[in-house]
Amino acid sequence: MAALIEMRGVERTYVMGDNLVHALCGVDLTIEAGSSIAIMGTSGSGKSTMMNIMGCLDQPTRGSYLLNGKDVARLTRTQLADVRGRMIGFVFQSFNLLSRTSALENVEMPLMYQGIPGRERHRRALGALAAVNLADRADHHSSQLSGGQQQRVAIARALVGEAPIIMADEPTGNLDSKTSFEVMAILQGLVRQGKTVILVTHEADIAAYASRVVTLRDGLIIDDKAQTPVKAEVAA
Amino acid sequence: MNIFTTLKLALRALWRNKVRTLLTMAGIVFGIGAVIAMVSGGQGAQQAVKDVFQSLGTNVLILTNGSQRSFGAAGGAGSRQSLTWDDLKALQTGEITTIKWIAPTLQTRTQVASEEANWNTQVVGTTAIWFQIRNWAAVQGTVFDDDTGNSNAKVAVIGHTVATQLYGTSNPVGQTIRIAGQPYEVIGVLASKGQGPMGDYDDTLVIPVKTYEQKLSKGLAKYINGQVLISMVTDDSAERTMSSISGLLRDRHKLDASDEDDFRIRNPAEFAQAQQDSTQRIATLLAIVAAVSLFVGGIGVMNIMLVSVIERTREIGIRMAVGAKPIDVMTQFLVESLVLAVLGGMLGLALGAGAAKYMAGYFGWKFFFPATTAAIAFLVAGGVGVVFGLYPAIRASRLDPITALRYET
Repeated sequence: MAALIEMRGVERTYVMGDNLVHALCGVDLTIEAGSSIAIMGTSGSGKSTMMNIMGCLDQPTRGSYLLNGKDVARLTRTQLADVRGRMIGFVFQSFNLLSRTSALENVEMPLMYQGIPGRERHRRALGALAAVNLADRADHHSSQLSGGQQQRVAIARALVGEAPIIMADEPTGNLDSKTSFEVMAILQGLVRQGKTVILVTHEADIAAYASRVVTLRDGLIIDDKAQTPVKAEVAA
Repeated sequence: MNIFTTLKLALRALWRNKVRTLLTMAGIVFGIGAVIAMVSGGQGAQQAVKDVFQSLGTNVLILTNGSQRSFGAAGGAGSRQSLTWDDLKALQTGEITTIKWIAPTLQTRTQVASEEANWNTQVVGTTAIWFQIRNWAAVQGTVFDDDTGNSNAKVAVIGHTVATQLYGTSNPVGQTIRIAGQPYEVIGVLASKGQGPMGDYDDTLVIPVKTYEQKLSKGLAKYINGQVLISMVTDDSAERTMSSISGLLRDRHKLDASDEDDFRIRNPAEFAQAQQDSTQRIATLLAIVAAVSLFVGGIGVMNIMLVSVIERTREIGIRMAVGAKPIDVMTQFLVESLVLAVLGGMLGLALGAGAAKYMAGYFGWKFFFPATTAAIAFLVAGGVGVVFGLYPAIRASRLDPITALRYET
């Protein structure tokens, strides 16, 4: 079986003023479906660029990126949006929920862009909220939810489109340790259900929840090792 | 994305900024409102002018006495007595071939009474042909025949309002009416012409002109103390007829070439045309003002949509991250400005129609709802929304999702 993600010689350069910035300088990375992987690195290491490219928000300057066997390195903006919608669910550090919008509608949003009719959207969004134990908060607006609850809504939003990949960019960065633990438990649960979870973090204790840790420095992979993940189990 | 979903999103976004939405719509509201009020009012005014013209009868000239001049100060039209009954006869000989009918018209307001009630109305003294010139028939009884019209019989044909005021629902024909104290027999009731800009057409009654002179004036006189209605054979003979009449009368009045006319001939059709022309000019000016207002309104829409795009940069980023295509984002903002403009157009329509209705009531016009103009105005409002919303929408759709996601509000 082909790997879910296969990057070959990926480079990304930016023009900043008169300077050429090399954010990624030739990265090779293969990720199998159903695994959990943490991308680590300090600020400026290129891990954000890596995530943007993996998440189809950005494209490599050079190199190839096969997502589910399909080269996405040279797609148009519209095609990329389509790939994002079908393949990738994002979870951000700052939750990125729409304000003054109910949890349910936030979760429904990705389905709108897939042209799924209202009743079906509603049903699936409720299902996704139930999966993160927030079915009873469906009508609450983001501002009425705690940070942990907001992040769970964001996870539901990432799940609802049935994307095989969940990209979590510092998912616990704005949470206290107890809620961080809850969020990581949910993410680990998703891996058990067969999702591929990619964590982008600079915290080692968050990376510990993944079964593989890739470390970047100055746009290159300097370390790539498998590990036994720490189990985040919510006390009953 | 589904169009209803897009519409719902747009309405919600506009609802969230109610005050801003209303203020942005104002330009469009007044633009469209002005168009509707202007077109409706213009139609009302034109119709009113037409009604006056039509109530006089078509192809009619009005001949009146000239103005009295004493030491250079001119009196009003008719202040000088110059037209004689012999002049009238001379015009009736058929010498001027374009003249069809001629009717002297004397009028005054006086008190009239039945057994039960009394009323103050306009009394007209004229001949039988007057009813043909005015194109006015009786609905009960008859109007004068030629003999009655030229006699001094004490008979009257009454207008609908007078009939109602004096006789209520009973048939007035054959009953006695007292005009300035004298008894007359009612021989007919005129068909209702309704309200006109000059007042109630039906508030009038008609008696033979000789009777009028004997009972309501100082007796049979040499001069015509009123006006003469002249109807012409064809529409286009007004100029010729007027100069023929003028020539004939100047001759009879022995006026030198240097003397001014001692009579006046007016052509109501010309007056009506002039009125319509000026109404048309004002309408055109207003249309320009309305267009400018719509344009300014459109700029307002564009301005607020640009602000909205910037304010919602983060939202755009989120939507793009979860799979919104550039066209989805563009559609969302375009539909929003379209809805904004169309709502403005609807409010403008209501406002314009309201203003037109008020104007119509105030000036005594008929109220017209200009359906075609309303439809066009509506489309124009929508067009303004699309045209001025396009640039902000394109800007939104071109945002880079990464930058947009990082945008701090």
